[in-house]
Amino acid sequence: MKYTEEHEWLRPEDDGTVVVGITQHASEQLGDVVFVELPEAGTNVAKDDEIVVIESVKAASDILAPLDGEITEVNEALVDDPAKVNEDPLGDAWFFKMKPGDPSQMDDYMDEAAYKEFVG
Amino acid sequence: MTALRRTPLADLHEDLGARMVPFAGYEMPVQFALGVMKEHLHTRTAAGLFDVSHMGQVIVRGDDYAAGARAMEALVPVNLEGLAEGRQRYGFFTNDAGGIRDDLMMANRGDHLFAVVNAACKADDIAHMRAHLAGCDVEEITDRALLALQGPEAERVLEALVPGVAAMRFMDVGVFASDFGELWISRSGYTGEDGYEISVPADEAAALARALLAADAVEPVGLGARDSLRLEAGLCLYGHDIDTETTPVEARLAWAIQKVRRRGGAREGGFPGAERILAELEGGAPRARVGLRPEGRAPMREGTPLFAAAEGGSPVGHVTSGAFGPSVEAPVSMGYVPAEHAVEGTLLHGEVRGKRRPVRVASLPFVPARFKR
Repeated sequence: MKYTEEHEWLRPEDDGTVVVGITQHASEQLGDVVFVELPEAGTNVAKDDEIVVIESVKAASDILAPLDGEITEVNEALVDDPAKVNEDPLGDAWFFKMKPGDPSQMDDYMDEAAYKEFVG
Repeated sequence: MTALRRTPLADLHEDLGARMVPFAGYEMPVQFALGVMKEHLHTRTAAGLFDVSHMGQVIVRGDDYAAGARAMEALVPVNLEGLAEGRQRYGFFTNDAGGIRDDLMMANRGDHLFAVVNAACKADDIAHMRAHLAGCDVEEITDRALLALQGPEAERVLEALVPGVAAMRFMDVGVFASDFGELWISRSGYTGEDGYEISVPADEAAALARALLAADAVEPVGLGARDSLRLEAGLCLYGHDIDTETTPVEARLAWAIQKVRRRGGAREGGFPGAERILAELEGGAPRARVGLRPEGRAPMREGTPLFAAAEGGSPVGHVTSGAFGPSVEAPVSMGYVPAEHAVEGTLLHGEVRGKRRPVRVASLPFVPARFKR
């Protein structure tokens, strides 16, 4: 598992795709999530593209594509039940899966120990 | 930049795990452990305790109540002379252009008038009153905190601590002796629920708050849920839904201007901006504050431009408050639109992140008020 400074987690799967979600810390900072807008599967994205919109009771925020690549699957269940993002951010509430163009971009991100230190 | 002020309850909020934010010059709790959504729902189903000590508490003292009320009527288009002892009324300070300087509560407390004004406006309001209320003493009460206990369980909980409050009706005010010193209580609030606002000596405020929170029904509630509760109740937030550029008629607050202050009334006009406001009361205003129900789940927040058509054209209005309504279970907004679009059911389009989304004009409030009339 890898972590970005934008509080996303990246979990490589056996089939070469990467699952992306937000961390517990991020979900707590956001507050209750009330709306999620996801990209379409099949979309090609560049690293740092704003591809997901999350609205909490407080404000709107974006999730950035952590890697170049293609979105292969999105978690439609979040659209109907955005509260999942607060209930299970590390599990059920993954946002999308992507096939990275350059898997070595993963190396730039923090491991769990480094992320823990990052959020203090 | 001056340091943020702290209310007499700030230490308690921190003990309770509140997330504190700057608001109107004060360090205030935006949410507690439950979070905005649950705090909101808890207030509607049981009771929420709010710290509103940042608001201004002001006593206006003339020779008697009537003298103070008469002087104050030169600043607000409200029938204060006709306000019975022990009763409170909502109103607003107007400016010469007919706009709103602030909104406030005013009570007849026998020999004087008691007002509660918004935190962000209180210094200006007090200066405005001192400049214009000739022959009156305007005293800001700084040694008291203000708590709001709101929700269907508020009556039962407060009656157990302060016997007698259950007999109050909506907008009654009274002074009660208690274990927490002299309490100035009104049966009112800003959530659409039944409840009370309680002015308590600053050094007793934390003890009173702890006694209220000791009841199972009561949870502490922050500014986040206070905002979504008042929005669902269709109540205006000063500086957002009303300001110096909006008239009371545009804001659909004409109900707060009694007949006696309107054209043909015994004390017609005589307040700043009367010419425009009296004309709009008779002939209508070119635009109106309306409720808005966005389709789908995306909230339309403050500043969202509103268009008549799905494509092209210029904005016809804008959103002044918007959020997800936890009790409505859908996004809710308020905003201003031209009178011809201000009809319930009218389809408009709000532009969110560059995309126009359908939104319908809706009646206010979004949730029925549950005051004890």
